[in-house]
Amino acid sequence: MQKYISIRLFATLNRYTPDTADSYPVRPGTTVRDLIDQLGVPLTEVKLIFIDGVKGDIASALNGGERVGIFPPVGGG
Amino acid sequence: MDKILRINMGPEGAPKASEEPIGQYAGLGGRGMTSAIVAKEVPPLCHPLGKENKLVIAPGILSGSQAAQSGRVSVGCKSPLTGGIKEANSGGQGAQVIARLGYAAIVLEGKPADDTLYKVVINKEGVDIIADNSLKMLGNYALIDKMKVEYGEDVAFVSIGQAGEMKMSAASVAFTDPELRPTRHAGRGGVGAVMGAKGVKVIVLDDAGMPTRSPKDVEKFKEANKAFVQGLRKHPITGEGLPSFGTNILTNVINEAGALPTNNFQSGRFDGAGSISGETQSDTMKARGGKVKKGCHRGCVIQCSGIYNNKDGSFLTKRVEYETVWSHGSNCGIDDLDAISMMDRLDDDFGLDTIEMGATIGVAMEAGLAKFGDGEAAINLLKEVGKGTPLGRILGAGAAVTGQAFGVERVPVVKGQALPAYDPRAVQGIGVTYATSTMGADHTAGYAVTANVLGVGGSVDPLKSEGQVELSRNLQIATAAIDATGFCLFIAFAILDQPDTFNAMLDMLSAFTGEPCTADDVVALGKKILDYERDFNARAGFTSKQDRLPEFFKKEPLPPHNTTFSVKDEELDQVFNW
Repeated sequence: MQKYISIRLFATLNRYTPDTADSYPVRPGTTVRDLIDQLGVPLTEVKLIFIDGVKGDIASALNGGERVGIFPPVGGG
Repeated sequence: MDKILRINMGPEGAPKASEEPIGQYAGLGGRGMTSAIVAKEVPPLCHPLGKENKLVIAPGILSGSQAAQSGRVSVGCKSPLTGGIKEANSGGQGAQVIARLGYAAIVLEGKPADDTLYKVVINKEGVDIIADNSLKMLGNYALIDKMKVEYGEDVAFVSIGQAGEMKMSAASVAFTDPELRPTRHAGRGGVGAVMGAKGVKVIVLDDAGMPTRSPKDVEKFKEANKAFVQGLRKHPITGEGLPSFGTNILTNVINEAGALPTNNFQSGRFDGAGSISGETQSDTMKARGGKVKKGCHRGCVIQCSGIYNNKDGSFLTKRVEYETVWSHGSNCGIDDLDAISMMDRLDDDFGLDTIEMGATIGVAMEAGLAKFGDGEAAINLLKEVGKGTPLGRILGAGAAVTGQAFGVERVPVVKGQALPAYDPRAVQGIGVTYATSTMGADHTAGYAVTANVLGVGGSVDPLKSEGQVELSRNLQIATAAIDATGFCLFIAFAILDQPDTFNAMLDMLSAFTGEPCTADDVVALGKKILDYERDFNARAGFTSKQDRLPEFFKKEPLPPHNTTFSVKDEELDQVFNW
């Protein structure tokens, strides 16, 4: 069954944001790695993954309904 | 840099300047110098605005040399805001110029007999202390414009605005940037009020004819500096993230982590985060002909600053930093970058700490003085501060006083100083730093956001208490040492992740001073500085009871994670147990 997530790509990764970012279709069990591949984001540029505000990683599985945030290395103060 | 300049504002007749050898303070710089002088010379129970307090301005150990990134200056005193020791750190040109003039510290002492306002002019010939009441109640921008006419553009200025003259506890000391704009500030703890209490409006620093400071081992230093610069350039945060988006690159990531304090610390998520983010800010700056990469001092290779223009293309302010975008933005429910940038400009002009003022306006909004989200009302509140109306005087005294004056319970302060831009319920490690730092709530004192959120220097779960005390302890020690070197703290991203860059930094220090410098030496230096500060605070009356967050952080769950601050008091008491 088709489910949807919201996906946000930030900073230098912003250019890979899909038009359907607010309601991006996924099959339950899709991993963040699958998602990154689908969007054409170079894996080496991905540093931080948040799923509903909690740190995830590329193996994290998505079941629909999540808010996913993906960042390159960022820092400031 | 082997002498100390003391300027006594108190003697009968006129203020007097005297130079003395560095003596017992040899080898110290930056925060090490300011905290040592304050701990040894200032009576801890003195009134911060009285004659016994001293304002110490000290460049770092490497400032004034060819070392990249070494333009940080420390301003220390007993704080009118916290009642404890204070070191407020700033960029700008001041550190380099003071160091080249040969001074390891400039110390303002005593209390003037009347309310005459002075300018202090320092050049290679010596020191002039000149009464000039025409400078009274000028903002920093107008003041610097006037000073440029008198002293030209090949100088640097250290100054206070109206807030410092009115001795407000949120007043900053301004340092001019390479374009001679007063955009860099030793912001925290009311250091500007102490400068105002000394009757000094501006210090003019002219290093014409003074050489760059040279290292003991020229070749080794050159090589280490090169490796250090390469390390900063290759690290993705210092080499790409910070120059492209500034420190405000953090708005989106802290919002995603659910830790962006919103509406006076009522939520960790802000719906308007995208509109005030570093990404939007950079696009806006480019579209208006601003500048996206710029250093705050010469010799900066990170270049996290920039120019933010008005809609008509005229200069408004520097690239507003994350701490200001957060404090005047999400913390007040404001999603308008132009309003936030205007408040940054006003803070710089009046000479105010942007963190304290944003937190204060958040508390004022909670009290009903304005509505959350109303940028125009927030700007008007800030203008009250600049004018020194009775309301402005209350706001200019900071968040704690404002909360008390208006009967607000949710007041985000530790030791009287406002919390910065990371809610400790969703970044528990930074909560440990806020609670225990000698400075009052201060994110830079031990920036646990690195391992808690950014994946730099390891990884510690931000929502749990485990590992936070050790993380904060190690960062507080390392930071105290870095604050003594003159290096910008942002080198931490590269030196925490890249051992070769860390080693290059050690090599720079040892090649410059001619003394060995190992990782253990850095740790020992950091501990020594913290010991000075803890000792001063203990004598000023601080106990472990002041090393605590306000009660609401332990009781009110923070959305979206609905967590409270869970590090126990007994654990907090172990931070300085080394």
